Amino acid sequence: MLLIRCPYCGDRDEIEFAYGGQAHLARPAPPAAQSDAEWGAYLFLRDNPKGVFLERWMHAQGCRRWFNVARHTVTHEILAIYPMGTPMPDVALIAHQARGLMGGAR
Amino acid sequence: MGHAPRFSLWSLARNALNHHADWPQQWRDAAPKPSYDAVIVGGGGHGLATAYYLAKQHGLGRVAVLERGWIGGGNTGRNTTIVRSNYLWDESAHLYEHALKIWENLSDELNFNVMFSQRGVMNLAHNLHDLRELSRRAHANRLNGIDCEILTREEVAAFCPGLDVSASRRFPIMGATLQRRGGTARHDAVAWGYARAADALGVDIVQNCEVTGIRRDARGVVGLDTTRGSIQARKVGLVAAGHSSVLAAMAGFRLPVQSHPLQAFVSEPLKPVVSCVVMSNAVHGYISQSDKGELVIGAGIDAFNSYAQRGSHPVIEDTAAAIVELFPQFSRVKLMRMWGGIVDVCPDASPIIGKTPVPGLFINCGWGTGGFKATPGSGHVFAATIAKGEPHPLAAPFALDRFSTGALIDEHGAAAVAH
Ligand SMILES: Cc1cc2nc3c(=O)[nH]c(=O)nc-3n(C[C@H](O)[C@H](O)[C@H](O)COP(=O)(O)OP(=O)(O)OC[C@H]3O[C@@H](n4cnc5c(N)ncnc54)[C@H](O)[C@@H]3O)c2cc1C
Ligand SMILES: [Zn+2]
Repeated sequence: MLLIRCPYCGDRDEIEFAYGGQAHLARPAPPAAQSDAEWGAYLFLRDNPKGVFLERWMHAQGCRRWFNVARHTVTHEILAIYPMGTPMPDVALIAHQARGLMGGAR
Repeated sequence: MGHAPRFSLWSLARNALNHHADWPQQWRDAAPKPSYDAVIVGGGGHGLATAYYLAKQHGLGRVAVLERGWIGGGNTGRNTTIVRSNYLWDESAHLYEHALKIWENLSDELNFNVMFSQRGVMNLAHNLHDLRELSRRAHANRLNGIDCEILTREEVAAFCPGLDVSASRRFPIMGATLQRRGGTARHDAVAWGYARAADALGVDIVQNCEVTGIRRDARGVVGLDTTRGSIQARKVGLVAAGHSSVLAAMAGFRLPVQSHPLQAFVSEPLKPVVSCVVMSNAVHGYISQSDKGELVIGAGIDAFNSYAQRGSHPVIEDTAAAIVELFPQFSRVKLMRMWGGIVDVCPDASPIIGKTPVPGLFINCGWGTGGFKATPGSGHVFAATIAKGEPHPLAAPFALDRFSTGALIDEHGAAAVAH
């Protein structure tokens, strides 16, 4: 089970949270101007890395606020937590720092 | 090639007298060659079946299956082995029924006992909505020539006497559908049976060989980089289940697939007590009993993306609660083992079979929580797709481009409970 630090409420069990999938998806505008392929990509294509993933969580049983998380999809380590609306962090940098943190190759 | 002699009553008896000490090796542990006509990436049931049909039905002489670990070590060897074809939409019904028909003869065809047991699959209804949804699906199945019966509460109790059908349950059982031709099979035997039969036709099954890169030129795919050297091939089939997105990224495209852990567990062996497969969407649980007597119990996925091949404890707790709701007498049964697999979940709960943006590179993935049942049919239609370069008619609706045309095949009802 994950221990997730809600930026507003502090450390809580994973069961208090709802998962929101990939973060930083921007709805292309205007929708009618998009090709089928572009619109399909926006609706359905997702990153699915084996490594650091930028994702959204919501504190469903608490403050009900959304926030972003950088989490490693193999170790499940939470490497960064940052507010919605902030620019996408540098995943390579986070992955690099995680490697240092975990003391070696991963 | 084809070293392994056929199994027969005589060979079983002779080896029994010998204390099973000198069974010959059943397939070669092949080393990779520098080039092949077709290479299949992923030695699960779907990949091995694809290789078998490529060699058997399409006469491809030089075929290899590359597996990063051991064959059947992925979801094929981790699933709860439920086989059924009672899907809602025509496209899926035809595909899964195609597979079920192959299952019915598979042990004979492979000369390997896959222990296919048509003990019946029961889907329970706990409320009026369930009843309506299940009867809609049952009628759709019958229109597609697929056997499906609607059972009353009393008929449910008679078919599976261990179930608690009393009206006082929190989620009372109001009825069910029953597919009598559904059931279970032995997961490892499916991988081994296809491996052995493919090997006998000359297919190289290469284990401990991870694909690390996909090479292409202007015309399309030209080969693969692996941990055992590079391999040339102008036809490549990706059949890597939970790792499909990782392989797609090597070829430069994205998939609508997300990887999640899915768990299962088995109990201590008990005397026969669950005679069929029982599944319930409403409480979210599915259970059957293995020939050894273990209760085989399947859970749901963890909501978050993961490649860790292990799931969370809250999911186990929910699943145990669901099973105890159906069978209160199991509350003190001890669990012996639990494990997880990484499943490749698609937005419409249907697989992706067909071409990719890279010519010569084909993909078969997105089976998510329920692809074991499709193994023979999936391999069969995917082999035809690779050999001809055009989708097999049963595979055509499952092409990757349905996510831009909008022709989704929404099977969230038939696949609501992970299985
Ligand atoms: C707990 C659980 C219960 C389930 N229950 C059921 C059920 O009851 N009924 C049902 O129908 N389905 C069920 N499923 C789903 C079913 O197991 C899968 O859909 C099916 O087995 C997928 O088969 P496969 O051959 O495509 O994948 P896998 O067996 O996972 O094979 C893919 C292979 O690809 C290999 N691979 C990955 N990356 C690489 C690489 N880079 N290079 C080389 N090889 C690579 C992997 O090691 C793996 O062996 C369940 C799954 C789980 C996890
Ligand atoms: Zn909070």
